[in-house]
Amino acid sequence: MRLVLEKREAHSYKMTVLVPIISVGVSLLIGAFVLLFSHVNPLATYVYMFIGAFGSWSAFTETLVKAIPLMLTGLGVSVAFRLRFWNIGAEGQYVWGAIGTAWVMLYWNFIPNPMLLPVGLLIGMAAGAGWAGIPAVLKAVWKVDETLTTLMLNYVAILFAEFLYYGPWRDPEGYGFPGTKPFPEEAWLPRFSGRAHWGLLLAVVAAVILWFVLSRTKWGFEIQMIGKSPKAARCQGVNIKRNIILVIMLSGALSGLAGFAEVAAVSHRLQKGIATGYGYTAIIIAWMSQLNPIAALFVALLMAGLLVGGDQIQMMMGLPAAMGVVLQGLLLFPLLAGSIFTDYHLRIIRNKGGDA
Amino acid sequence: MELITTLLIVTLRAGTSLLYATIGEIYTERSGILNLGVEGMMMLGAVTAFSVVYATGNLILGLIMAMLVSGLMALVHAFLSITMRANQVVSGLSVTLFGTGLASYLGQRLGPESNGFSLSGMSAEKFTAITIPGLSEVPILSAFLNQDIITYLLYLIVPISWYFLYRTKHGLTLRAVGENPKTASAMGSNVSKIRYIYTLVGGMLVGLGGAHLTLAYTPGWAENITGGRGWIVIALVIFSGWNPSRAVFGAILFGGINAVQFRLQAAGTNIPASFLNMAPYLATVVVLAVMTILSRKKRGKFASPSALGSSFSIEDK
Repeated sequence: MRLVLEKREAHSYKMTVLVPIISVGVSLLIGAFVLLFSHVNPLATYVYMFIGAFGSWSAFTETLVKAIPLMLTGLGVSVAFRLRFWNIGAEGQYVWGAIGTAWVMLYWNFIPNPMLLPVGLLIGMAAGAGWAGIPAVLKAVWKVDETLTTLMLNYVAILFAEFLYYGPWRDPEGYGFPGTKPFPEEAWLPRFSGRAHWGLLLAVVAAVILWFVLSRTKWGFEIQMIGKSPKAARCQGVNIKRNIILVIMLSGALSGLAGFAEVAAVSHRLQKGIATGYGYTAIIIAWMSQLNPIAALFVALLMAGLLVGGDQIQMMMGLPAAMGVVLQGLLLFPLLAGSIFTDYHLRIIRNKGGDA
Repeated sequence: MELITTLLIVTLRAGTSLLYATIGEIYTERSGILNLGVEGMMMLGAVTAFSVVYATGNLILGLIMAMLVSGLMALVHAFLSITMRANQVVSGLSVTLFGTGLASYLGQRLGPESNGFSLSGMSAEKFTAITIPGLSEVPILSAFLNQDIITYLLYLIVPISWYFLYRTKHGLTLRAVGENPKTASAMGSNVSKIRYIYTLVGGMLVGLGGAHLTLAYTPGWAENITGGRGWIVIALVIFSGWNPSRAVFGAILFGGINAVQFRLQAAGTNIPASFLNMAPYLATVVVLAVMTILSRKKRGKFASPSALGSSFSIEDK
């Protein structure tokens, strides 16, 4: 008797939904072993994490605060992955979004204060798009491997931001605090409850527009085709180079928008700790949502819950907050292992006296 | 001359972890498996080595455990990408995300209670440089002979790896599996088994590289200790043209950037530290771009294994 994987006639939609849900369970189970190994009660930990992230409205607003940048960077990474362009540079593009916005807010004195918000949004998006444009052009024109270039540029972006808030942009009245002056108050992105802000609306609108463009327009169809079969796309007369550059800049713009929202609504300045790894979690979000923009919103909420839950167990139980990141990382393994069942199914073959 | 010698000492020391991991990844990629989990495996190797040595004081046990843990992560990648035919890019990324997260968690959990369970700032046994008597006065050469035992071991591993890959039957099989798995399979090689083996071997070497960081290069554990080295390694594999002996030059180049960076920082310059710290990352982008553009003209000599990153199954005809 042996097990054989057989190709399914069609994509299994039941599996596309089931696999991510099972993955969450498996990741919690493996995470429990990590916790046991470090002498902690897993059940208590998970309960604290859940209550800390979703247990009350005020906890939920904190989860939203983290979910907003995750939604936007998750959307950005999803678009790029549709092209099979492995953009793991969302972190850097997000940081550039924050830098661009801060530049407008702090130094564009020639426009009236209330106008700083929309202009900051545009410049933040443009900065993210421009930063993503570098690896996009390198890939489209010279086929330079994008996983490496996008990732390396993350470090460069973070170090550049560090140079700014430790150096020329540092607040002279900040008592040595590594950060810029606060932005003018009229230019803050408003909050609706606690620290949760209207960046949420931006993320939802972006997701709906993306869903529409990707699934209902010719351009979306072209993107799909380039990702699945570049040869077929070329035969159909699709301009691949131009599309790579455009789509990746769009991807960078979405991450830039996340950076904008973070500084304009949460920190109100560019400061140390702006880069917290949202851009990497975005990769998990993209894959778990199977590149579906609407699903990405919900997955981002779950990931934010793990982060906030991680912070909670640090406060309540003295455990490292990194447990949240460990659980996020664990999600991908069962997800990847399970994805085979959307296209294949297991069949048991009974040999009768034959060799296996 | 003395300056060059001291710079070279630091260069080799900084390059050691890079070269171990690069050679490991060359083995893995030669078999056709792209493992982007190097950063995560290196980080886990580093934390494992340090925590084991911290707890037991046994350096050799630290190295062995680092290789085992890192190898185990490589096996996870092998299982996902070979058996489950998952996307290798995403599988490798998940190894990195999980590995860096777990290393950070363990680093804050396996330390002594007096330090809030954190390993940061703790000290333990370490590998120190061993000089060869009589030769330590010769300029340049003495830099090569003023290293720790892990680096000395590399002087053997590099030529052996080259010989293995290009002059033995097993090496030929390995390259065949990465170039054309279908033919290799028809010739009687067990493609999946070979890929499992070399992904594991690669992971273990990466673990050694990570161990060198915490036990010799900058003894002790610090959050984010690898600082992107695992990714630079992926680039070094490309620069080397998947050839272990050419990998030496890349490791020396990037070790050298580190050495010069420290030298400048210590001497005090007008260049802000942030820009100095950018150097290795910018250099990777630039060298990668230049290499890619150049290698398109000289196809063959620097080409990647043809089947790199694609899954293989006998049932797919």
